Amino acid sequence: MMLDVLLQGLLLGGLYGLFALGLSLVFGVMRLTNTAHGDFIVLAAFAAIAGLAVLAPMLPAGIAAPLLVAALLLPVSFGFGYALQRWVLNGTLGRDPLPSLVVTFGLSIVIQNLLLETFSADPRSIDSAGLSTASLALPGGVAVGALPVAILAFAVAATAALQWLFGRTSIGRSFRAVSDDREIAELMGLDARKVYALATAIAFVLIAAAGVLQAMRTTVSPADGPALLLFAFEAVIIGGMGSFWGTLVGALLLGVTQQIGFRLDPGWGIWLGHLAFLAVLVVRPQGLFPKTVG
Amino acid sequence: MAATVLPVHGVGTMRVVRATHASSAALVAGLAATALAATLPLWAPVDSASSWMRNFVEIACYLIFAMMWNLLAGYGGMVSIGQQAFFGLGGYAMLVLGNFAGVNAFVAVPLGALAAALIAVPVSFVAFRLAGGYFAIGTWVIADVFRLSVANVAAVGGGSGTSLTALRGIAKATRETSTFWLALVCVVAAIALVYLFLRSKRGLALLAIRDNEVAAESQGIDVRGMKLAVYVVAAFGAGLAGALYFVGNLRISPDAAFSVNWSAFAIFMVVIGGIGRIEGPIVGTLVFWLLNHFFSDYGTWYLLGLGTLAIVTTIFLRQGLWGFAQQRWGWSLFPTQRFLLP
Amino acid sequence: MSALLETAGLTAFYGDAQALFGIDFELRAGEVAAIIGANGAGKSTFMKAITGLVKAAPAQIRFDNVAIGGLAPAQIVRRGIALVPEGRRLFASLSVEENLRMGGASGRRGPWQLERLYRLFPILAEKRGQPSTSLSGGQQQMVAIGRALMSNPRVLLCDELSLGLAPIVVKEIYEAMPAICAEGMTVAIVEQDVALAQRVSQRVYCFQEGRVSLRGASTELTRAQISAAYFGT
Repeated sequence: MMLDVLLQGLLLGGLYGLFALGLSLVFGVMRLTNTAHGDFIVLAAFAAIAGLAVLAPMLPAGIAAPLLVAALLLPVSFGFGYALQRWVLNGTLGRDPLPSLVVTFGLSIVIQNLLLETFSADPRSIDSAGLSTASLALPGGVAVGALPVAILAFAVAATAALQWLFGRTSIGRSFRAVSDDREIAELMGLDARKVYALATAIAFVLIAAAGVLQAMRTTVSPADGPALLLFAFEAVIIGGMGSFWGTLVGALLLGVTQQIGFRLDPGWGIWLGHLAFLAVLVVRPQGLFPKTVG
Repeated sequence: MAATVLPVHGVGTMRVVRATHASSAALVAGLAATALAATLPLWAPVDSASSWMRNFVEIACYLIFAMMWNLLAGYGGMVSIGQQAFFGLGGYAMLVLGNFAGVNAFVAVPLGALAAALIAVPVSFVAFRLAGGYFAIGTWVIADVFRLSVANVAAVGGGSGTSLTALRGIAKATRETSTFWLALVCVVAAIALVYLFLRSKRGLALLAIRDNEVAAESQGIDVRGMKLAVYVVAAFGAGLAGALYFVGNLRISPDAAFSVNWSAFAIFMVVIGGIGRIEGPIVGTLVFWLLNHFFSDYGTWYLLGLGTLAIVTTIFLRQGLWGFAQQRWGWSLFPTQRFLLP
Repeated sequence: MSALLETAGLTAFYGDAQALFGIDFELRAGEVAAIIGANGAGKSTFMKAITGLVKAAPAQIRFDNVAIGGLAPAQIVRRGIALVPEGRRLFASLSVEENLRMGGASGRRGPWQLERLYRLFPILAEKRGQPSTSLSGGQQQMVAIGRALMSNPRVLLCDELSLGLAPIVVKEIYEAMPAICAEGMTVAIVEQDVALAQRVSQRVYCFQEGRVSLRGASTELTRAQISAAYFGT
């Protein structure tokens, strides 16, 4: 029984990891807190749902359809994130956290209400053609869902990719340099505005993937955004800022904690996760695995 | 206009002046308006009086909450999306005192505010571990913890909430009038409290901290203590607004009491009006209430418009409406600056 | 012979506070000029203005006869002016080699590559993979110089190389100067140590409260002249 809770928690944590990576990336590079982060994930989910509906006649059957739509969505999200950072959010960056907070908060409200107007408040989901019901048998007689396992694997891969990007590529070097000292980075010839835009663009690719997977795993409705933001945020804080693997581990821990809570009482899952977050904040405010990125 | 006279090298003497003509006039006008409003129940026709008073109570709650959010963010430098925690705690504390401890509901309002302020102290130990944008979201999580915790307490109705029974048996007109007067007193007290605080030495210290924490600390200012003080005062104000709101509303629920919308509205009011200025939240609240009054029937489109307005204002008019007026034309009704005049 | 880099009436402000009150300065190709002056005289501000970190009016700064005042730092480094900033300001989360590589981000081609830098400062080759913050002050200064050289500049500006370093370490760093200048690099240094400044440069400018109080050939200026200009007596 405990093993089952643990497994389910880890699998849930995998998705939370995807939520959290984008948040961690953007905050690490430019100290920007995007309060609309969760809403963008929901927006991506609805974009995929709309895409599936609109492109239905041209799409193959089965699991290939959502995957194809997702594949189309990723580059679109990349461009969207780049434009958003470059022309809206860059202007809000600075010593004062208020402008970026207000603008992203405003975006959150705009997105939620746009979705509400376009799609109504009904929960929607993406049909993953049997993937959500398929299960894998593990040794010991335990069965886990194939989709959650795929999500966890994707999250691990994404974390490894980000870690590699930051540690071993010149783009990653630019991210770290701009984060350390924007002025001197510009003295080296970097255009900080473009570097920031690129970081957000990458974060939005993760956001899009998270949105599609969330809609496959469960349902999404326009007002879901804030809850997802809080989960992402808690994962980042529990794991420790500045480390992608730390963020993933924080997400896994959050998932497990929530699962334990759900098992004790259906109304306690999220609450227990909150308590774990607060406990980490009180006992070890720098998080469990803090270190500078790279 | 009261003035201190200073000897100034090479010039002779100069006066330190605080009030402007506009501010003195505004003070008189404000007092007159308050006196007039207080007598409203006596001379206004019954039906419209009732709705005017109810509207006023609602505006009062928005204004007090916004002013306190403004104090916290604009002067304390702490941007919070979790002040609704204290709004809800004030409301529930008032309800508990009124329903279960037999305290007069109107007396329970300031007591509820006090309860919120007391709870703010341990909360600050947790919240102050974070800074900047993460502090903002962290306070939101804390507010959510309170929401979920209260929703699990059956005695106050759990997730669906409960009614304020303490005011049963009082005639509607009396209840509405008393609530109205209480709201009036709370608004005046809140404005006076914030204004006097910011004019004082502590207010100057707060501005110093906001501008440069390290420099302020090196000047001997107890940064940690001041931030805690502001946080607690802001919690008191938020609790006051919450307790007052639910005395007017008569029914409370966790989702209404701890809704993040309160912070969203406060942010909107303060940003539109002008962060960091006392007049800002007043202007912002009026603008917000008017927009609410005329457009809230449009539901999602109205909220969409609000959100867009907040975004556009932040990007293009960063100091808000009043801030713009202050910079452009030097308007100031609640001057906290000191001017040097010959 | 016209100057490679010159300023005419350069003014600079930090907010409302004026830091430079009209600096006339010229740097000829291939020469080493030293800027001396007390703290707060405006020396660092001057270098920041040239490299775009502090705003200046377009015509006040000319490089190769082109007005560059007010351009963004990234544009200025691409034209060939590099700064070794005061206090080194290395990227804390990057290793030594990564810091050096960042210097090449402007994409300018030239003789200064990683290998040549490692020949100039062998200790850096040893520590190339280590975090830049783990190095001693002198070694960090070498990284900062190397990072600036990686952009293959035509003009190298060095702001207070000796800041916080022991004399023997300072000596070691300045010993690298001839190698840096060997192919005609033009250098301007801000230096607290007046005697050192005179030794390594051909011309000296003395700044005092945001103005040039003295200029002349390093070998010709006397102690008394410098002292008077330094302190404004």
